[in-house]
Amino acid sequence: MNIESSAIFNLPFITVVVLIGIGLYALMFKRNLIKIVIGITLIESGVNLFLISLGYRKGCYAPIYTNAPTTAMVFPIPQALTLTSIVIGFAVTALMLSFAVLIYKNYGTINAVKTRRLKG
Amino acid sequence: MFENLVMHLPILIIVIPLFGAFAIYLFGKVSDKARNIFAFILLGVTEFLVLVLGKDIYTNGLRVYTLGATSAEMTTPANYIMPVRIILVVDALSIFMGIITVTIAFLIFIFSLKSMKEYSGTDKYYTLMFLLLAGIIGIEFTGDLFNLFVFLEIATIAGAALVAFFTHKAESAEAAFKYVVIGSLSALLVLFAVALFYGQYDALNIGYLGNVMEHSFLDKIAFGVLLTAFAMKAGSVPMHMWKPDAYGEAPGPVAAMLVTASLASMYALLRVCFTLYGRGLNTEVIGWIIAVLGLLSIFVGVSMALIQNNFGRLIGYTAVAEVGFILLAVGVGFAEFSSTGFGFIALQAGLFHILNDALDLGLLFLVSGAVLHATGKRNLNELGGLARNMKYTCIFFILGLCAVAGLPPMNGFASKLMIYESVYQFNPVFSIIAILASIFMLAVFVKVLYSVFLGPELKEFSSVKEVPASMLLVMGVIAVLIIVIGLCPDIFVNWVINPAARALIDYGIYRGMI
Repeated sequence: MNIESSAIFNLPFITVVVLIGIGLYALMFKRNLIKIVIGITLIESGVNLFLISLGYRKGCYAPIYTNAPTTAMVFPIPQALTLTSIVIGFAVTALMLSFAVLIYKNYGTINAVKTRRLKG
Repeated sequence: MFENLVMHLPILIIVIPLFGAFAIYLFGKVSDKARNIFAFILLGVTEFLVLVLGKDIYTNGLRVYTLGATSAEMTTPANYIMPVRIILVVDALSIFMGIITVTIAFLIFIFSLKSMKEYSGTDKYYTLMFLLLAGIIGIEFTGDLFNLFVFLEIATIAGAALVAFFTHKAESAEAAFKYVVIGSLSALLVLFAVALFYGQYDALNIGYLGNVMEHSFLDKIAFGVLLTAFAMKAGSVPMHMWKPDAYGEAPGPVAAMLVTASLASMYALLRVCFTLYGRGLNTEVIGWIIAVLGLLSIFVGVSMALIQNNFGRLIGYTAVAEVGFILLAVGVGFAEFSSTGFGFIALQAGLFHILNDALDLGLLFLVSGAVLHATGKRNLNELGGLARNMKYTCIFFILGLCAVAGLPPMNGFASKLMIYESVYQFNPVFSIIAILASIFMLAVFVKVLYSVFLGPELKEFSSVKEVPASMLLVMGVIAVLIIVIGLCPDIFVNWVINPAARALIDYGIYRGMI
């Protein structure tokens, strides 16, 4: 695989900014609780993509020792971090969705404007 | 042999509650009694270990523990130029927070034995409580930024599930949703900052990063992100609105534990400001920003507390104000950044107030939990005349009230006086606003005292009984601590607070261990 020919400039980082931006927008301006959950997941994907893009090293290979070429390998910390973060993100998303279910059961709606008994 | 044990204490203190969290559930399948005894033993052991570690650290200085290395002190593996393993660093500040956390958790556990007895799902309640404890201690002991993110998420998940304890109530689910959104957002911001650091320095260790940091533009962005994340999680204005919701809807003991959780993110903020960045930042500007955030929190917290009519929610707003006091003092300490003069006293006052905050608000939340246990109500308009039947609870409430409002001879007076004096030398206006807010705080709680405990006897509460002895015992222990700290604050400041404040100012020691 020729890595140099697959140059994609700063596209990953631009994607990161876009993803986090959309996520923050959804958090702040969306009224649907499910969309707020989606906003958090988007931010999470953005941060994960950021970590993975930082782990990329030109001309290095993934640290898989089976049939590995003799060239340099990347240090797999960002990948490990991303895996951990994905697992945690799964748990958080599940928890948020279960709260959304509870809110729907109790209020009969998931519109954040109508599910507001706590204020002031 | 004992030295061998002390060496492994940092990880043991995290692992025991984590193990307990899941083992407790199994014991709960046997019987409630077996579960309670098991949990009591685990927490007792953790408390003992954290005290042993504390004695060691106050005499011998900080300890590091490298996970997975051949020896605990081997932070950098052979043939490497930088640390790659997860490293726990426990210095005087970490252990100070650790002792507070474990002690509060221990007391809350004993309180919960009776106060949560009538609810179903107590096995899961204790599991989540232990997870929350493990998460909080992890935040306080870790020396690794990514690890901090993981523990922050553990604490968030456990805390949010506990806020939603009363699943049949709509408000609980709503508060829990807010809590988990804010908590996971702040954790993701921390992860973003971690990525910024890793991209530049290939490292995650706080001490190592502090040594090699070049204070580039990206590092300044990372600081802004971290400051936002931790201030949000600690419940400072402008992101304070989740706090009264969560504290107001959670059961009393859970709210008392969540206070400790938000103090842990305050600790993380201190760690980032002082140890990670230190003098590399423009400390004066950042200190001013933190102090102004604190002042706003004090103002908003107190003025919003005045108009509340839900017991838990009202204490939640005063918790915002109390965090404001800590931020104010710490901001002044950071702006001065010296080991002498009023800047250092302000820093000491801030740390002292962390201790007092955990105790005072803990006591008040436990009182609200006791009132809920006895009457099943939280609305101040419906409660009244409880002092007739619950005289001990009423006395503990008055003690907590005096402590939070900063009346002598309570601990709140000692730390608030230090805050007023040191902040006055920094900026007199700040100090005056803080004193006025304290007076308002007294007004808030006098209102609660009248509407809950005093007044004519209400018919529906004529058969209300005093809460069980174990709950009274826990509130009594906290009340005694409050008075003892208030009567001889100099002992605590010299022996406990001073080393912690020095650990922040002399950040070279923390960084040098890596």
